[in-house]
Amino acid sequence: MLLPRVIPCLLVHEKGLVKSIKFKDYKYIGDPINAVRIFNEKKVDELIVLDIDASATNLEPDMKMIKNLADECRMPLCYGGGIKTVSQAGRIINLGVEKVAISSAAVENPDLISQISKELGSQSVIVVLDIKKKLLGRYEIYIHNGKKSTGLDLFSYLKVVVEKGAGEIVINSIDNDGMMNGYDIKLAKSVYDAISIPLIFLGGCGSQDDIKKLVEETGTIGAAAGSLFVFKGPHKAVLINYPNREDKEKLFKNITGETIL
Amino acid sequence: MIGIINYGLGNIQAIVTVYKRLNIDCKVITQAHQCKEADKYILPGVGSFDYGMKRFRSSDVFYALEEAVIQGKKPILGICLGMQMLADSSEEGLENGLGWIPGRVLKLVSNDPIKVKLPHMGWNNISPIKDNHLFKGLNSSYFYFVHSYYFEPNDTANSIATTNYTKEFTCAVNRENIYGVQFHPEKSHEFGMMLLKNYSEI
Repeated sequence: MLLPRVIPCLLVHEKGLVKSIKFKDYKYIGDPINAVRIFNEKKVDELIVLDIDASATNLEPDMKMIKNLADECRMPLCYGGGIKTVSQAGRIINLGVEKVAISSAAVENPDLISQISKELGSQSVIVVLDIKKKLLGRYEIYIHNGKKSTGLDLFSYLKVVVEKGAGEIVINSIDNDGMMNGYDIKLAKSVYDAISIPLIFLGGCGSQDDIKKLVEETGTIGAAAGSLFVFKGPHKAVLINYPNREDKEKLFKNITGETIL
Repeated sequence: MIGIINYGLGNIQAIVTVYKRLNIDCKVITQAHQCKEADKYILPGVGSFDYGMKRFRSSDVFYALEEAVIQGKKPILGICLGMQMLADSSEEGLENGLGWIPGRVLKLVSNDPIKVKLPHMGWNNISPIKDNHLFKGLNSSYFYFVHSYYFEPNDTANSIATTNYTKEFTCAVNRENIYGVQFHPEKSHEFGMMLLKNYSEI
């Protein structure tokens, strides 16, 4: 059976890895390649790397950095940041990245989703939606690394993303970013029930139990986290970590109903 | 020596990295004259069927590789789109496939699109159904999949492993010297390394 995926999400800012809180207050974590090497050894299910400067400052994707990451990565890699054209997406895929993530550009120009999907296959296009909770249980999409509101309602826009041929959606909660207080389970369930393509949920994860809860209670197969995999202990000391296979097996035994390996 | 075919699509470097770790000799092949240096090949591929076929057919290596595989009987392993291109045709596009293993590439269809979402993306277990060296030591293994289409060989004898998502379907094929896997061994940790090692021994 298809296993749940536990996915570290790494943020690149000024060429280093950082972890944010509510998309602000960046804390330096270390060198991206070093982190990838450690995650290789830990056999992670998949890795997401987002360059948070690229879109916000209107920069091109840093192809050299992406190549270095892809060369090093022994697990599936999803890269996002600064992608605005099909040709950029194609170049990134050819560098050895499995999936390209588009966010601001997908919201400003939804046709980009269908263009990339047509040329590179829908499975290669991931749309990342950064969202904030608003009044009356509404969720609004933000772009440019959380700096710009769009007025777009998440649930109306989900339909557009699916129709345009995205292969997967990442919902990234700005309110919960770095808080480590658990995922927004209710929202995850609503999004899961609204889309026919795979879903990755990001923002708020503070423990392995949060991952278990997300997967068990919502059906979501992709549990992504930043802080959990780069910090350890109450003082948030930087330490790259990831559950081993036995931990994951225990975590998901209610779902898989069998020994994984 | 294993020649990894570079026609502008697919994850060349990840395969090279795995073989380097295994201390197995491999080389990226971009030009026709390099084909004879290798005794077996890997054909990677990511993207849509037509785009991949056009790129491959118009690449410098195409005819030399065809000769080495069809006349020379040197082994070749297609990965992901590289596997699908081995078929006669695909529901994804209009281009002819290579037809090196008779069969069609079909779209996965979900009867419950919310619970069984598509594309098929992530780690799934596979069942080798033939005693094939490619799966030596891999009876209980998981591989990374990311695809919406699958290869259905005309002759079920050409199916050497299956997996289950929406239904049970072929995820690895073999006919004579020609092999293909739908999943990404180069991104499947130790299982993938084992498979790529097994392939080097064929």
